[in-house]
Order: sequence, then C-alpha cells, then structure tokens
Amino acid sequence: MGATVAVVRFPGTNCEFDVVEAVESLGGQAQIVFHDETSLGGADAVVVAGGFAHGDYLRPGAIARFSPVMAAVTEFAADGGPVVGICNGFQVLTEANLLPGALQKNAGLKFKCQMADLVVASSDSVLTSQAQVGDVLRIPINHFEGNYTCSPETLAELRGDDRIVVRYAENPNGSVDDIAGICNEGRNVVGLMPHPERACNELLGSVDGRVMLGSLLAAAGARV
Amino acid sequence: MPAGDAATPEPVHRSLGLTDDEYELIREIQGREPNHLELAMYSVMWSEHCSYKSSRIHLKRFPTTAEWVLVGPGEGAGVVDVGDGIAAALRIESHNHPSAIEPYQGAATGVGGILRDIFSMGARPIAVMDPLRLGPLDDARSRWIAEGVVSGISGYGTSVGVPNIGGETVFDECYAENPLVNVLALGIMPAERLVLGRAEGVGNLAVLLGSSTGRDGIGGVSVLASAEFSDDGSDADKRPSVQVGDPFEEKRLIEACLELLDRNLAVGVQDLGGAGITCATSETAAKGGAGMDVFVAPIPQREQGMEPFEVMTSESQERMLAIVEPGNLDAVLEIARRWEIRATVIGEVTGSGRLRVLSDRDGEVLADVPAKSLEEDAPLYDRPRAEPADLADRRADSANSLPAPADVAADLRAMLADTSWVYSQYDHQLFLNSVETPGGDAAVLRLKHPTTGADTGRGLALTTDGNHLWCAVDPRAGSALTFVESAMNLAVVGARPVAMVNCMNFGSPEDPEVMWQFSESVDGFTEALDAFGTPCIGGNVSLYNASKGRPIDPTPIIGVLGVVDQLDRRPPGVTLVEGGRLLLVGHGDPELSGSLWAALHGHRGRGTLPAVELEHAKAAVDAVRELVADGLVLGAHDVAQGGVGLALAELAVQSGTGVTAARIADHAELFSEVPGRAVLCVDPEQTVVVLERLEQAGVPVARIGVAGGDRFAVKGLCDVALADLTSAWTDRLPDALGSGTTQG
Repeated sequence: MGATVAVVRFPGTNCEFDVVEAVESLGGQAQIVFHDETSLGGADAVVVAGGFAHGDYLRPGAIARFSPVMAAVTEFAADGGPVVGICNGFQVLTEANLLPGALQKNAGLKFKCQMADLVVASSDSVLTSQAQVGDVLRIPINHFEGNYTCSPETLAELRGDDRIVVRYAENPNGSVDDIAGICNEGRNVVGLMPHPERACNELLGSVDGRVMLGSLLAAAGARV
Repeated sequence: MPAGDAATPEPVHRSLGLTDDEYELIREIQGREPNHLELAMYSVMWSEHCSYKSSRIHLKRFPTTAEWVLVGPGEGAGVVDVGDGIAAALRIESHNHPSAIEPYQGAATGVGGILRDIFSMGARPIAVMDPLRLGPLDDARSRWIAEGVVSGISGYGTSVGVPNIGGETVFDECYAENPLVNVLALGIMPAERLVLGRAEGVGNLAVLLGSSTGRDGIGGVSVLASAEFSDDGSDADKRPSVQVGDPFEEKRLIEACLELLDRNLAVGVQDLGGAGITCATSETAAKGGAGMDVFVAPIPQREQGMEPFEVMTSESQERMLAIVEPGNLDAVLEIARRWEIRATVIGEVTGSGRLRVLSDRDGEVLADVPAKSLEEDAPLYDRPRAEPADLADRRADSANSLPAPADVAADLRAMLADTSWVYSQYDHQLFLNSVETPGGDAAVLRLKHPTTGADTGRGLALTTDGNHLWCAVDPRAGSALTFVESAMNLAVVGARPVAMVNCMNFGSPEDPEVMWQFSESVDGFTEALDAFGTPCIGGNVSLYNASKGRPIDPTPIIGVLGVVDQLDRRPPGVTLVEGGRLLLVGHGDPELSGSLWAALHGHRGRGTLPAVELEHAKAAVDAVRELVADGLVLGAHDVAQGGVGLALAELAVQSGTGVTAARIADHAELFSEVPGRAVLCVDPEQTVVVLERLEQAGVPVARIGVAGGDRFAVKGLCDVALADLTSAWTDRLPDALGSGTTQG
C-alpha cells in the first residue's frame, strides 16, 4: 500500500481533482475530504488544494479556517503530519495560523496565470526534501492574491531558521524577499503559491512539480 | 414630448417592446385581452434575443447533421460524440450589449450564462474561450471597456473554476461604442448521460435551484439586447437591466447539478437565462409536451414588494430549474443542503399544455397561456434584404491600386500585438488538460474520460475566428474564408474539425442592408461547411449592434471543435527552430482587398476578396494536418490576417528566432490574406519528404526561406533587427492599457 494523501475540498475549491491526478500519477493514493468532515480518514498527508474556498469572500481563506475539517488538519499538523497548502491552500493555512504572514493582492493588481521559475531555497521541508538548494523548478502560478507579506520580525525569523522554501527567480507579484513558499517551525507544513500539480506531465510543458509532490509522498510514506 | 401625446400614453405592449401586430397575435392566441403579466411574458419570449424572429428563416439553411452529431441547434448546447464513450457539448453566446453598459458585470455574467447552458445538458464545463472585439486603443472609453471586460471574464471565470483557453482580441473603430463580447464554452460528459430540458410526467415538481430572484436584469433581452443604443447618453439608464454575477454561487450550482444528474435524480434540467423563470418553465413544458403551474409566493425573492411580472421575467443569475419526481425530492434537497444552495419547489408539471402562473399553490391564477405559444408561435419575419446600392462601385475599387508601402517593417510593427496581457489574466491551465495554451493557433486539450479520469490518449482542439474586414468587403466569401481559417488553425495542431458553432454579430435587422449581409453570411458558411463536411451544431444571433446610427461591420464569429486522434506529443506550435526550412503551403492570390494591410492604409469595405477554391483549401488543410500528426513539422502557423508577412513575423517574435525569406514578389504577395495556407518550419533533412507528400496530395508549396539569426529579412521588401519587431509585439497592449508594476 502506498501513502494516502487527503485532498481538502471546500465549496469553491477547484484544483482538488488535479492534485488527485498528479498524486496518482506518482504512485500515491488520494482521497477527497469535504470541508464538513471532522476526520482525515487516516491519511498520511494533507493537501489543501487551490481554488476559491467559500468564494474567497471576506478574504481568501478567512471563512475556510472555520470549516470543521480545519480542526482535523490543525491536529494532524501538530502531530507532525505533512501538510501542503497550494495557492488558495496557502492562503487558508496562513488564515488558520498554521503558517505566518499573509497573501495580499499582486503588485500591479492583476490576476496572473503564467509559468514561473522557482529557486529552491531550502531542501529541509516535506515539499523539497528530494530537491537541492539552488535547483530551478518551472512551475506555473495562477493567482490574484499571491503577494506574500509579513512583519520584519517574522521575515528575520523565516530567514534565520531556513524556512523560506522556494523563491521566484523573477518576482511576479511583489512578494517580500521574492518568497514563493515557506514552511512552519516543524518543517512539516508548507504553503506555496505556485501549482506543482500543474507540472507533472510532459504534455503540459513541465515535469518539475514531480520533485515536490514526490517529496511529499516520501514524507507521507514515512508515516505509513 | 410632442403635443398631443399627453392624452394618449404609450400602450403597455409597446413599452415592453412588442409591436402592434405582435399584440394582435397575442390577443388572437388568448382569445381575449392579455393581462399585464401575460404581456410581459410574451414580450420577453418573443424578443429578438429569445425568439430569433428575424434570423430563424435564414439559420435553417445551415447543414446540421452528421453521424457524430447527438444534438443539433435548438437545445442549450450542441453535442457531438467524440469517441471513447465521451460526448462534447459546445455553445457560443454574446453578451455585447450588457458589456457596453457595464463592462465588468456584462462580461462576467456572459461566462456564467454559457456555463449553465453546458451543465444543463449534463456536461461538466472544461473550457471557455472569449473572442473580443473592442474599440480603438487610443480611445479612453474603449480602454475602460477593455479593462472592465477582461477583468470581468477573469474575475468570474477563474473563480467559478473553468479554464479560459483562448479567444481573440481585436481593436477596431467600428466597435467603439458597441464592443462584442462573445463567449464559447465546451463541456464533456459520458455519452449515455445526455440530459435534455424536458418537463415530463404529470405531478413532477419544478425545483428552482440557486440564487434568489431580484429586480436585476428585468427586460434584459427585450429592452437591452433587442434595440440599438441611442446617441444622447441616456443608455446609462439601462444599467439596471444588466445582471450582477456571483461566481461562487455558480460554482456550487455546477457541483450540485452535476451530482444530481450523476445520481439520476432529475428528469430534466434547464438554465434560467434570458427571460428567466418564464423561459425555463415554458421551454421545459413545451418541449416535454406538457404544461406547468408556477407558484409565485414560494420563489425566494431578494426584496419585498416584487410584482409577479418582475419575478417571472427577472434575469437574476445563477439559477437553474430541475424537474424532479416527487419521490426524489428529499435526495435533491439533501444535495442542495450539502452544497449550500437554495432549492425550492416552485411549480408542478401538468397535462394541460398550459403555462399557468398562480399567486401560490391553490392561489389565484395570474396568467394562463398555451405553453407552446411562448416559443413556437413567436412571429417569424422575413425581413427585407437589399444589397448595398453602390456595391458594384465598391467592388471595382481594389486595394491593389494603393501605392506600395514605403516601409514594410513599419507596417509589420503596426500589425503585431501580443495578447498575453489579456490571457495571462485568465486561468488557462485548470484540470491539467491544456497542452497548447493561448497564443497558439488553436487550443489543444487532453481528452480524459469525464467519469473515470482515464486518459484516452487523444485530444480536443478548439479555435475561434472572425474577420470583420473580410465580411465588410463580402459577407458571403468572408464567412466562407473564416471557416477555412479555422480549419487550418486546427490542422496546424493536428486536429480535424468535427463541429462548428457561430455567433452572428450584426447590426439592426430592420436595415435591409444588414439583413442582406446576414443572409449572405449564412450562405457563405453553408458553402464552406458543405465542402469540409462539418456540421453546424448551434449558434447565437446578436443583432442591433450599432451606435449613432451606424451598424458594426458584419462580424460572424465561429468556434470550431476538432479532434486530435493521437495526442502523444505537444503540437509544434507557433515557433521556429534555428536552421529550419520555411515552407509556404497552399494556393495564394495576391489580392489585398479586405486585408489588414489595406485597412491600415485606409482602404476597407471595398474591392473583392481573394479567390479561394474550397476543395483546394480542404486539400491543403488535410495535408498539413497529416504532416503535423506524423511529427514532420517543427513549427507551424496558419496564414490569415496580415498575410504571409505577419505569419512569418509572429513565428519569429514568438520563438525569438530570425527569418531570412525570399521568393515573395511584392507587398501584395506578402500581405494578401488567402486563408487555407500555412507556414511550416521543417527540419532540413525532412524537407524532401515533406515536399513529396505535399506534391502527392496535389497541394502547392514554395520554399521561402530559412529560420535563424537575429534579423527579420524578406528579400527586396524588408530587413530589420528582430528585436524591433519583438518590442512592437510585446509593448503594444501593455503600453496602451497599462500592465501595472511589480515591486523589486
């Protein structure tokens, strides 16, 4: 039995089936967990997928943090379980206080869907353990509110603790310190704006997402 | 107000947009004076927008059948069998008039409306495309419309979770006050699960799903979409007729409706678009051969004091009507609860053949009309048609008499425009299908089974095309050439056409010249469809596109769906490879009339279009498709607007690879726009094979140059640094519209 990844689906989530497809293409198993559930069904890892949870009303992630499933995700994370938030999932994790900082509107105030080059800044996380620091990964971005911001103290802490996981080679959205993704102190919770699940198939133009989701599956496998 | 009118206020039917003759017809059908509610219902259903009363007589001429057509025109969307047990639903629509008044919401609700047409057939929407026609970039109001339209499509489309995989963006003077915002949507479903909007089974319940009903959009079809804009600035008053969209509501509605259909809990599903509850209930009842009672009181209303006619004709967005057997009602309500959408029983199927509106169940009867009469008895007009009086003179004036350009490179720069400013604001990757994304000649999607997700190893391709400059010269030939262009767009990505839908954007049908354009256009498409064996499976007609008394150029826009029989590698794309040989495939004709080059030099709507033999064009299209499918092509681009010159320039700027070309005699050969041609970039070692194959197919081909270097040179015509063209291409839209800034 391979590792099982729970993919969280809120009303308004739209990348959940893409994550399932990518995970399965890498030999993992995936199950969708609806937001009103209180259990993750024994999964070995969690992906909070992209989209517009609860319509992004009020603020992206602001309502999603109150969905019943988030209590289970928080508990799983506290237990050291691997949790990855992609795009809207990253926004949800910051609102749920599983990751520091916030995502504000892109500099330029436009939605952006394009390929981005990411530079791996730390290989010490559940999403980058199989990459090398300095690797450049081609992964698409697709967001309006991807401009990462945090207090100077938090930024110093993220830098000092090697918790900036990936940076943009060319900053597309105004994120502080070119941040594309960060992790928590335990290194088991990662949030990033780019979409690794969109870069796992040659026909789609890049397979660089495999090293990320492969890392996640390895971390999940360690818990089986 | 002129004297004398004060004593005789305008009759109600006229203020609703009905003519005196139409009013008489309604009286005849009813056998009595219709009341206000009944008149309101007829006025929306018999509007040009809903009834196609001026165009139906012509639309009948389209070829609509083929072995693989499951549903032709007349339903929510056309449906074709694309193999492996999968059916594809395709539809195109316009939201032109709302977008002129309120660009963001007009464009946003256009996306929402067409998605409901797709999932009402039982299909999951997997892609949309947006062909846009906007006013000139140097006009501030046109820029405001452009920004609003793109933001609206982006805001709604990305949030509702359907990728936008392409379209076109054209800026032209003739759309300054009347932009065209067309939207096309594609969905897929298991072939066995085709759902039609039918109200069958007496006693079945009509369940309204989704949003509450408000005062927004009342008269949208009759007041807004079926009249021209005035020139006194009073159109701002029409803003309440524009609906407001909520993409999150739509997203939940999609998921709930698809779950309902997955579990076989609905007899039929119908979207509430133009004409709202009146349209949905009368159409489902009429098509099912039944009748329906509708109860006003239980319909969730956004505000107090709404009149029944407002409830019945409101175009509030994000609503669907499901016909449900009473035994399944609880299961339907449970799905609605899970997806947090409203679900309310608002009516019941009867055997009476009549659509009755009651104040409440067992309440007072407020309206009572034959269900079929709202749709089937709508007047059918054969409006007068007249070719332009000066047609002979116009046709005698060819653009080839214009002086040769002093600076060919300057003309090329003026034609180049990178539209990524538009499409980078749309999610074009969701669902992991997008193999060829916007910026190419046609989008290519992986075809996965809608239920199992299994990859079929095949693909769907989609293109939208329209050319108002061609159609202004000759609507008939221009329309035929538009289809040929689409077919070649599909061929260069390795796809064969299987179905067309069209959106007929024209001026006022009351103008005989416009009706002549319309009729000619239908005939032109019909000729091309017959030659290629492709059926028309649906369409939309948008009339009254004009302002200040001048109709827009005739602008039929088509969407063509293709199938890629084997999708095991990415198509070559609009690119060049260093050292590749450049081949120009297909029959040319150095006629410049109708070309973008001629328009740049002030010559438009005159002369005759280049001659195209449809059989020859088809042979070229087929040959190119096979070369691409067999992997013999490194880069490919169809030849259309801007001619061979612009095709070469776009190949060069998109790949960052220079061009050295020759054997193009003059500017007429460089800029003439005969479609059904393509420029191919071929490996030198495979050039002979490719030439032989084209010769065997009887398709003309010319070796016109080599790719490579950092210059763009066409012998005897131009020689410039590629960087000059590249900056013109990349900077045009951001410079005009503002790309915003990024920190750091």
